[in-house]
Amino acid sequence: MANLKELSKKKVLLTGGHRLCAGCGASIVVRQILSSLDDPVVVGNATGCLEVATTIYPYTSWNSSFIHNAFENVAATISGAEAMFRSLKKQGKIDKEIKFVAFGGDGGTYDIGIQSLSGALERGHNFVYVCYDNEAYMNTGIQRSSATPRGAWTTTTPAGKVIPGKTQYRKDLTAIIAAHNIPYVAQASIWRWNDLVEKARKAFYTEGPAFLNVLSPCHRGWRFNMKDTIEIAKLAVQTNFWPLYEVENGVWKLNYKPKERKPIREWMEAQGRYKHLFRPENEHIIKEIQEEIDKKWEKLLVICGEK
Amino acid sequence: MNKLKRNVELLQGNEACVKGAILSGVRFFAGYPITPSSEIAEGMARLLPQIGGKFVQMEDEIASIAAVIGASIAGFKSLTATSGPGFSLKQENLGFAIISEIPCVIVNAQRGGPSTGLPTKPSQGDMMQARWGTHGDHSIIALAPSTVNEVLTLTIKAVNFSEKYRTPVILLLDEVIAHMREKVEIPAPEEVEVINRKKPTVPPEEYFPFKPDQNGIPPMANFGEGYRYHITGLIHNQKGLPTSNPQEIDSFIRRINNKIQENVKDIIIYEKYFLDDAKIALIACGSVARAAERTVKLAREEGLKVGLLKLLTIWPFPSEEVNRLAQQVDLIIVPEMNLGQMVLEVERASRGNCEVVSYSRVDGELINPIEILGKIQEEIKK
Repeated sequence: MANLKELSKKKVLLTGGHRLCAGCGASIVVRQILSSLDDPVVVGNATGCLEVATTIYPYTSWNSSFIHNAFENVAATISGAEAMFRSLKKQGKIDKEIKFVAFGGDGGTYDIGIQSLSGALERGHNFVYVCYDNEAYMNTGIQRSSATPRGAWTTTTPAGKVIPGKTQYRKDLTAIIAAHNIPYVAQASIWRWNDLVEKARKAFYTEGPAFLNVLSPCHRGWRFNMKDTIEIAKLAVQTNFWPLYEVENGVWKLNYKPKERKPIREWMEAQGRYKHLFRPENEHIIKEIQEEIDKKWEKLLVICGEK
Repeated sequence: MNKLKRNVELLQGNEACVKGAILSGVRFFAGYPITPSSEIAEGMARLLPQIGGKFVQMEDEIASIAAVIGASIAGFKSLTATSGPGFSLKQENLGFAIISEIPCVIVNAQRGGPSTGLPTKPSQGDMMQARWGTHGDHSIIALAPSTVNEVLTLTIKAVNFSEKYRTPVILLLDEVIAHMREKVEIPAPEEVEVINRKKPTVPPEEYFPFKPDQNGIPPMANFGEGYRYHITGLIHNQKGLPTSNPQEIDSFIRRINNKIQENVKDIIIYEKYFLDDAKIALIACGSVARAAERTVKLAREEGLKVGLLKLLTIWPFPSEEVNRLAQQVDLIIVPEMNLGQMVLEVERASRGNCEVVSYSRVDGELINPIEILGKIQEEIKK
């Protein structure tokens, strides 16, 4: 495991000067993950904040090959590039190692892009798919996605008299990806940078497809102070809202177990998108969300052999 | 009239679309976020649940139009909204709505293309995609407002046409019309002409879901009303069952085209500005028509006999009107925010009766009145 000093000496592949918001989780996700690389990399990027804000004409922040395709296509586009690379390598026309990575937000991954992602995983392309999950369509102005947690306000789940924010629970994409039986799947957090970089390294240096799901706090959409991004990421883990685990060749392993799990209220209180839930008539929703988190955690402990 | 509850509001184009849709009876919206149309979804998410309607955000663009088709067949007037990239994805289901004659409205707030293109800039690059984007022989209705007030009135028209002709209708906005704010007079609900799909008058055992009435449009039973109903994307006979009988195929394809082509007088909407004595005509739509209107004023100040034909219906194309105009004027200039799509139809319709010139801009900027005037002066000098 590299230490911070060593990581800081790595070639920066996503350079500064991009126009992601101050305090955006996405650029932290990308920089931590790419710092695990020793080989050149081809970056694919689905439509989203990351793509838009890092490639504003006439600039780019990417110190690597980069391809953006329309919203739902990143995994399929990388599939083609990787397949051709593998063929050229087999034919002896390329001898060096090249890594392939696809970045997508939750909209481009959980929703519109899941078909092309699932296809790429099933075919077994040697690439890493990274979802920076900020739990809504932030690029178009905070509309709900299937990663938006229950109770959260978004512009298409407006909290009011008729509905108290989003009424459904979020999709468990990491488990769906694990069900593809690919070599490596992990859920990670920018707060536990060493865990994340280690997971990224495993993902890149495992033969076959790998998937990383990283929670990416968004202060614009979640309504918190922009200096608190890492704090919010940390609370998500400590409340068991975002457990850290990995599935390596089918074996589930828990990577972090809080000594005492914090109540989900603490995480929700820190974000404006949940403020309507603290009205007396909505308090029961917080209770139900807590029960759901605890239930899922218990299940995870069993799958990971902790119980 | 004073007792009517009429409001004047400052609205964004997308908001006016929401208001118009609700006034015309739309109670179902399925959509997917995309700039520059997302405010339509947001407005629907806020308002529909309050009036017994249903908003659903879908997982992608294809799903959005598919859900709209499903809701329409269940009896709800339905609408979805998107922009270029989403409109491309929706083409398959657009064809399905055409062949299965399911009323629905697709709003396309045009942005620069192809592909992701220019998400925050206006364009008229989808004129031909609206006409021919989905495969196979078909007719289509497409309307294009040029003011926020027209967004409201044409949204109502679009919903009405879709119900009347049992067909999908496309409302072509562009980024500027979608996002700019203008004064809108919102009619009282009782003032709004609302057309509902024609229901069957025969008992279920005598019902043929695709048997046309005298106007070529089959009365439509909704799912759940007791009528047996088979819907397929295959070419079908009057029962709705797939057919490979050449006669049935031929009459079906001709009917779904003719039901629109034979009603162009009802469907085609346009406005004339200073055309009575014009020797030069501008033909424009959408936000370009606003600039063209101003150009006419500037040209008249210089003593030039210039007029404007503003098209509100793009498809079916107002060929007859353009042909009449071509016989009157010496020159038609077609300014548009594409490389010259509508001008092709203008050329065809004018049949060599006058000169037709394109003025195009594809840099993501609006066409302004001065440059159209410049084009007029340049053509006069030739």
